[in-house]
Amino acid sequence: MELNKRVREFIEENLLVFDDEVEFSDSDNIFELGFVNSLFAMKLVSYVENNFNISVGNADLRLDNFNSIDNIVKFINSKIS
Amino acid sequence: MKEIKCVVWDLDNTLWDGILLEDKDVTLKEDIPNIIKTLDSRGILNSISSKNDFVSATEKLKEFNLLDYFLYPEINWNNKSDSIKSIAKNLNIGLDSIMFVDDQQYERDEVSFAIPEVVCVDAMQHKQLLSNPLLNPRFITESSKSRRKLYIEDIKRKIDEEKFLGPKEDFLKSLNMELCIKPAREEDLARLEELTIRTHQLNTTGITYDYEDLKRMIYSEQFILFAAELKDNYGSYGKIGLVLIEKLKGEWRIKLFILSCRVMTRGIGTVVLNEIMKTAKLQNLRLSAEFIHTQKNRVMYIALKFANFIEDDANTTSDLTILNNDLSIINKATQFINVKMEFEWN
Repeated sequence: MELNKRVREFIEENLLVFDDEVEFSDSDNIFELGFVNSLFAMKLVSYVENNFNISVGNADLRLDNFNSIDNIVKFINSKIS
Repeated sequence: MKEIKCVVWDLDNTLWDGILLEDKDVTLKEDIPNIIKTLDSRGILNSISSKNDFVSATEKLKEFNLLDYFLYPEINWNNKSDSIKSIAKNLNIGLDSIMFVDDQQYERDEVSFAIPEVVCVDAMQHKQLLSNPLLNPRFITESSKSRRKLYIEDIKRKIDEEKFLGPKEDFLKSLNMELCIKPAREEDLARLEELTIRTHQLNTTGITYDYEDLKRMIYSEQFILFAAELKDNYGSYGKIGLVLIEKLKGEWRIKLFILSCRVMTRGIGTVVLNEIMKTAKLQNLRLSAEFIHTQKNRVMYIALKFANFIEDDANTTSDLTILNNDLSIINKATQFINVKMEFEWN
C-alpha cells in the first residue's frame, strides 16, 4: 500500500491534469485519460529507475508496465524482489 | 565532425585587453565585435564564463554594445567547468557542442580535465576562429539567423512561467500553443537538414539527410516528409520537427522522427505521433517505425514504446530495430496544444 501511495504522489505531481475534478483510481489507465505526454513518460521511467534502483530495460518499456498505478507498482515489485 | 552550437568566452585578456577589476578602462580587442556578430549570424550562440564582478562586467559589455549577444552569461567566482555545465543545461545543448575561449592555460586545463568533450581554444588564436571549420555550418537558414532571438523568447517564456501564480497547466493553456504538421516544401529543407544534423536526443535514428536527399524525397512518390511548426503567444518556434515516412504496401513506415530539443519541455512528441497514427488509421494503413539506439535518444524510444509501438523481433537486427503499431490504442492528445494536420490524399 505504501508503494502505491508513493507512486501516486509522483504521478499527481507530474501529470498535467487540466480538470480539477478529475480523479483516477490505482487501476485506471492514466494513458487513456489523455494527460500523458512524452516528457511525462521520460520522467516516469527515470523516477522508477532512480527511486527504486531498478534498471528498466528495453523489454520492460511496455505500456502495460506503466499505464496505471497498480501496474507500475507490480512492475517495481517484480524488479526488486 | 561535431558542430559547435555555442562559444563560451572569457572576458579579461580574452574579449578585452586588461583586467577589469584593476583597470576600468579596458579596451575591447579590435576584431572581437565582428567575430561575435558573425558567429551570431551563423546561428552559433555566444555566452560567457568569467571570474569577475557581475555588475561591472555587464556594464562594460553594455558600453561595448555586446551584452545582448550573450545568453546565460556566467560571471561569478565558480569553476569554469561548472559555469559551462550550467550554460549547456540552460541552453539544453550537449557539452560536446561547446567551444571555450580563454587566455589562461590554467582555466583551459581545468575545463578540459572536468569536461573533455569541450573544445578549448587559446584566446591568442581568436583571429582564426571564423575560419575554423567547427564554426562554419554548412547551411545558414532563416532559423539559424534568428536562433538567438528564439532563445531570448524562450528565456522570456521561462521567466513568465516561473512568475506565473497558479498551476502549471494554466500557464501552458495561456500560451495558446498551435502545432501545424504539413508536407515539407523546398524552402523548409535547409532547416530540416539542419535538424537532422543538430538533433541528438529526440531523434529516432540519428541518420542525417542532406538537402539533396530531402529534396529527392519530397518529389518522390515513395516518401512523405512532414515538417512541424510550433507557435504560441510569444512567437513562432519555427520548424521544430520532421517525420519522414516511407510508403510501403499497405503500410506507412516512419523512417525518421525528429523534434528539436528546444521544445522538449512541451512534451509534443506524443502529440505528433498521435497525429501520424490517426492519419494512418483513417486510411486503414499499418504503421511501423525504424529505430536505431544511440547514446542519447532513449527519450524518443520511450515515446514510441508508450505510444504502443512494439518491437517486431523477426525483423529487428542488432543495428536496426523495427517497431509495429497495430493502432488499437490511440491515446487522447494533450489538451493544451491545438493541432493542425494538413495532408491531402492523392
